[in-house]
Amino acid sequence: MKRLSSSVDAAPGRSPRQAIPFLLPALVVLAALVLYPLVFSLIRSFFDATGDEFVGLSNYVNTFTDKRTLIAFRNNVIWVVVAPAAVTGLGLIFAVLTERIRWATAFRLVLFMPMAISLFASGIIFRLVYEEAPNQGVVNAVMVGVHDVFSPSSQYPNARPRSGYTQTEAGFAADAPAQAGDVIMLPLVGVNAQQVPAQALPASTPQAGAGELRGVVWLDVSLNGNAGKIDGIERGLPGIAVEAVRDGQVVARTTTGDDGRFTFPDLARGEVVVRLPLSNFELPFRGLTWLGESLITPVIISCWIWIMTGFAITFIAAGLSAIPRDALEAARVDGATEWQVFRRVTVPLLSPVLLVVFVTLVINVLKIFELVFVIAPGSAQEEANVLALQMWQVSFGTGGDQGAGSALAVILFLLVAPAMLFNIRRFRRERS
Amino acid sequence: MKKQWIALLALTAVAGSGACTGGAAGSGEDLKGQTIEVVGPWTGDEQKSFEKVLAAFKAKTGAEVKYTPAGDELPTVLQTRISGGTPPNVGMVAQPGLVAQFAKAGALKPVSAEVEQAVTRHNAAVWKQFGSVDGKLYGFTFKTANKSAFWYSEKAFQQIGATPPATWDDLVKTSRSVAETGLAAVSVGGADGWTLTDWFENVYLRTAGPDNYDKLAKHEIPWTDPTVRKALEELAKLWGEQTLVAGGPLQTEFPKSVINVFGESPTAAMVFGADFAASVITKNTKAKVGEDAKFFPFPSVAGSKDAVVAGGDTAVQFKDDKATTELMKFLASPESGEVWAGLGGFLSPNKDIKSSAYPDEVTQDLARRIVDAGDNVRFDMSDLAPAAFGGTKGAGEWKDLQDFLADPKNVDGIMARLETNAAKAYVK
Repeated sequence: MKRLSSSVDAAPGRSPRQAIPFLLPALVVLAALVLYPLVFSLIRSFFDATGDEFVGLSNYVNTFTDKRTLIAFRNNVIWVVVAPAAVTGLGLIFAVLTERIRWATAFRLVLFMPMAISLFASGIIFRLVYEEAPNQGVVNAVMVGVHDVFSPSSQYPNARPRSGYTQTEAGFAADAPAQAGDVIMLPLVGVNAQQVPAQALPASTPQAGAGELRGVVWLDVSLNGNAGKIDGIERGLPGIAVEAVRDGQVVARTTTGDDGRFTFPDLARGEVVVRLPLSNFELPFRGLTWLGESLITPVIISCWIWIMTGFAITFIAAGLSAIPRDALEAARVDGATEWQVFRRVTVPLLSPVLLVVFVTLVINVLKIFELVFVIAPGSAQEEANVLALQMWQVSFGTGGDQGAGSALAVILFLLVAPAMLFNIRRFRRERS
Repeated sequence: MKKQWIALLALTAVAGSGACTGGAAGSGEDLKGQTIEVVGPWTGDEQKSFEKVLAAFKAKTGAEVKYTPAGDELPTVLQTRISGGTPPNVGMVAQPGLVAQFAKAGALKPVSAEVEQAVTRHNAAVWKQFGSVDGKLYGFTFKTANKSAFWYSEKAFQQIGATPPATWDDLVKTSRSVAETGLAAVSVGGADGWTLTDWFENVYLRTAGPDNYDKLAKHEIPWTDPTVRKALEELAKLWGEQTLVAGGPLQTEFPKSVINVFGESPTAAMVFGADFAASVITKNTKAKVGEDAKFFPFPSVAGSKDAVVAGGDTAVQFKDDKATTELMKFLASPESGEVWAGLGGFLSPNKDIKSSAYPDEVTQDLARRIVDAGDNVRFDMSDLAPAAFGGTKGAGEWKDLQDFLADPKNVDGIMARLETNAAKAYVK
């Protein structure tokens, strides 16, 4: 027995000649699939687009002076700083919380499910989730729903007087002043006939008595060139606020009736300006432009968090189950609160696992590609760009400059390498 | 198997009946046993249609033709195949720049004299230029796209009693009347950059004329030229009025911009788009092309003549064996085009394809306008430009015009940016 074990021990170190045949297949595969592409990319990055001319470091210089690439760099930094930490944190919270509940496995399974969907499909899902039109994008639908409960939208969004009125911050003010005894004709456009409330009555021209100012607001349809005149079928617009302004002060305020008429009964002498406050015409709240330039990166990160949290939970939960129970119980017996147990016992004991998860996520984040490619619309892609996407675009998208693309690939490799080395050393130490 | 043969024969009979006028009809040589390959961008329905064209060729000559669809990655596929030493016999290339690149690299074979004759006979002279590099003809446009069409909702136009506008100023006027009904006038698919380059190209071709168009396409005049300013200012007349453009254009992709006009709850009355907007309408909405959805040609700006911006797939040959040459001859003849024309979703610059070969009036009209514009047809400028400038998502001309759509007042700033980006891209 003893002799056998010693001969097994001796074999690996002492007879390299014997080892070679066993290692050779793996080495060939490794060299062909990993080493050769790596070295070739490095060499290729010193040549120009055609691959014929040696250009030294100029591909690298161009990379660091190109605005698009710099934005990609910046975004990668944002990703690395925000995303892995958020996912590890969420994973930790969910793993610890789900440990205590009865349906823990089912719960984790649900959270893990996004991992089973391809990144590409997830991207398409989130593209729809963040769609701007509230009738398509669920996020904006919720936002609009909540918003409208607290402040309902105006009745005639986007409507405006046909002419003779100037838009100011307060509303549409008449260019010409009016006074008591005048009749104001106020044709509005920009309203769909179907939007007019059912109670609206046909419009007609009012008669003003002495000392009062009357007017009518109606939906003016310019069919057959009858613009600016009431032509029988046109209806008044009810519920529009009208103000009379004198020297910048609102002196009277009223609302149009079902036939679109309004009256300012006791206007003192002097001229007033009739004004329609903008609140009549405010555009309805449509939510945020999630896929626009300013929010696109947070939106894509949120999608990635949704996908990867399940991954973190699985690993952390596995680590959690390996923690010696007696350490936790000893702390509890000593009177530690749950929070203290979490802070002082669970997290320190878990820290090796957390670190591995975190570093793995960093590597994953650095090569993020599909989500950005799918979620960002063309108009926002420059703002959302990341190195991996930029590498692909430079190499294959825009006239195929694979020299510059290789340079980006090498840079990306150099960025990922420290994290890789860290993980490898960690594994090795654990084994020893 | 037998049934398929009969179907094929029947198809050829139909195709053949139209071919007699073509002149380039096959010589009936037997190429049985030979296999050649075509690489093209078409997938899905288009692939099926093109395979019917190839089936007609097989029935005629006996040569087996394999079609390899490459989709949007066609340039990469072809480049890889060429550097790998196994190019296909025939390629269908959408970018004239790529044709030139392949020709200069010596990968292409010039077309045979017979094909050249056929191209000259069946097309306006300008089309020959599109396929020529350094005076030699390397290919011809097999399938084209009419990128000078405005699609409008008949219902929305009826509501205000509008008729299709013939001039740009009329278009702006009509747009304002549409806006009075609470509907936006145009839906712009600004999330895709190419839709915006098509807008610009159509206006520029009309305001600056074909000669300047050619110069700008080669970057012989800068993007800071007064002609560019004029075109951008004309565009701003429409894009600059908030009520005329449907909301969120920069987040709207082309298909959605079409659905905005013809879908369940329309938000706009018109959409500018190429002929293939028709297939979006048919597939995604209940509107009927020709009844609910009609088109008018891009209006004349400041009294300009009829002109069409076209795109298209150029057939080029990488080999010059007999079967390949025969196939090129077949593709250049009206016979092949008529096969696909009958199946729909196809336009050809070939003036000898009978109008009746196209399946409906709208398609006939779209095709006729390309043929009628004669030498005033110009190839899509962004396809002529280096891809870094005219064909990259979120960069170059695409991005600059998107910025212009966001802020149409900033004509000077956009011109400067366009010129900077163009200068960088054209040097390479």
